[in-house]
Amino acid sequence: MQSSFLNSRTYLLLAVILVSAVVAQFQSSFNAYYYQIIIYIGINVILASSLNLVNGFTGQFSLGHAGFMAVGAYTASVITSQLGATPGVLGSFIFLLALLSGGLTASFFGLLVGIPSLRLKGDYLAIVTLGFGEIIRVVIQNLEFLGGARGFTGIAKKTDFFWVFTVVAILMYVLSNLIRSTYGKGFLAVRDDEVAAEAMGINATRYKVVAFVTGAFFAGIAGGLYAHFVTYINPSQFSFVKSIEIVVMVIIGGMGHSVGVFISAVLLTVLPEALRPIAEYRMVIYSLALVVIMIARPQGLFGDSEVFTKLWRLISGRAKPKESRT
Amino acid sequence: MSEFIQQVINGVSLGSIYALIALGYTMVYGILRFINFAHSDIFMMGAYVAYFSAPLILKITSGNLFLAGLLAMVFAMVVCSILGVTIEKLAYKPLRARPTIVVLITAIGVSFFLEYGGQLVFGPDPKPFPDLIPKTKVIDAGGVVVNSTPLVVIGTAIGLMLLLRWVVMNTKTGTAMRALSFNLQAARLMGINVNKVVSFTFVLGSSLAAAAAILYASTYPSINPLMGVFPGLKAFIAAVVGGIGNLVGAALGGLIIGVTETFVTGYISATYRDAIAFGILIIILLFRPSGLLGKFESERV
Repeated sequence: MQSSFLNSRTYLLLAVILVSAVVAQFQSSFNAYYYQIIIYIGINVILASSLNLVNGFTGQFSLGHAGFMAVGAYTASVITSQLGATPGVLGSFIFLLALLSGGLTASFFGLLVGIPSLRLKGDYLAIVTLGFGEIIRVVIQNLEFLGGARGFTGIAKKTDFFWVFTVVAILMYVLSNLIRSTYGKGFLAVRDDEVAAEAMGINATRYKVVAFVTGAFFAGIAGGLYAHFVTYINPSQFSFVKSIEIVVMVIIGGMGHSVGVFISAVLLTVLPEALRPIAEYRMVIYSLALVVIMIARPQGLFGDSEVFTKLWRLISGRAKPKESRT
Repeated sequence: MSEFIQQVINGVSLGSIYALIALGYTMVYGILRFINFAHSDIFMMGAYVAYFSAPLILKITSGNLFLAGLLAMVFAMVVCSILGVTIEKLAYKPLRARPTIVVLITAIGVSFFLEYGGQLVFGPDPKPFPDLIPKTKVIDAGGVVVNSTPLVVIGTAIGLMLLLRWVVMNTKTGTAMRALSFNLQAARLMGINVNKVVSFTFVLGSSLAAAAAILYASTYPSINPLMGVFPGLKAFIAAVVGGIGNLVGAALGGLIIGVTETFVTGYISATYRDAIAFGILIIILLFRPSGLLGKFESERV
């Protein structure tokens, strides 16, 4: 086990941030349509990967991720519009502050939602988190200072390639380190057998809440990034349909498989765009594909694929398999 | 006071519709232990079957509303039963032994398929639902105006629920259903044909949803392919609030949700309407995780 801070994953993180900073210099010359899709890919990767921590690694089925995204989006938007859209370094600092506040507020809500509801299991948890997500949405809809159902307009366009992919890189870094840590093993233990994990001295509820709060934090940041890209948000963008969309990315990617979830988030963002010429059949095809995949490959498209496991080991610099997961 | 009485009647009427849908959720959950998300879209299909068959039925019955309503309801119930069983056979049956989350996602997939397929076939725009239930003033005394629609809704719902109770408690298949929800493996060993009973459960649930759809569409006479989403969610919540797997609980939960929702809409704010059911659900699950009438089951290791 490499214990030094500067291991290959850290190098990878720094490299991705550097590359995204360089690419961001040329973003104005990109085709606007493709550029938008690339940004959406990044945001969806953040959403799906953060939910994967809850659904995949800790085994808690949450259907309320869009609610946390909404909290982050609104918090960040309020902050940037109150402090003003300053260009330059100060503006970037304000944006960073807004994103972090969005993430923290979302994780605070995650704590509020998580402590009572994580006592429940399976379907019950799914329906309660769905309920909390919807309540968040309806409450925002009734808050006049957030624009109510009309939505929040005039958000500064701050999100760009650099911001989105830096967050993606940080999230991937945090997740891969977290999962390898003792704490992360606790998540897997809770997922695989809660009773056995409790017997080994793991406080299952605490691990679940930590996973939930961390997931909510990144969902909040994704919300902030989203709001500052589209510059207009309204509550209906964060309905439970959005939550289901994120869950589907996780399931199709293979729960608990970071690379699979990454790929499926990319695919599920690009595919609807590619199917735009046959727009009216698009969702019908999507839903049919979902049913067929669940029947044919319930572990997800990339769930147990050797290729990706090997590739992941190569990237993360782990030569020998040390996974004990079955 | 008069407004209060009207709200009560409307609330009970809406609640009995939720109860009818909730029964379908609770029966499937009781036996197969998953949320049949597509149930809300079978409800929607019921309304469309009635919508498309209504002109012909009204012609046959030559304007006799009682006969027309009955005929449309029976027809929608039959079509939706076939649909429900087909979905079960094609999508859910191959997944019997799989983890719940897989079945749940499949159910969401089927639900999306019916919704977007419905938008494609029927068009996404709302359609006016024909009058299949007489809309006359029954009582008009002291400021209290009661239309016949909510009374017909309540009466029909009670009739169907009593019929369901008789089927579940007094017939052989009903006994088999109860046995399956008690212990599926043991029931199988006793020689019960699980597939047949599950299909029968889907027939019961889907036909109740179809009946509920006609009652709902007669109360709010505008139908669209997404009309099932919120009534479906609320009915599922009603089933959980009452104690999932429990038939009386589903009816009770439906009434609680329906009445509360009507009162909040009437006296507080209509914008909070869709959050009320979730609020009740969260409160109930915090204090009684197995629902009002549910039995507490400790986890078996």
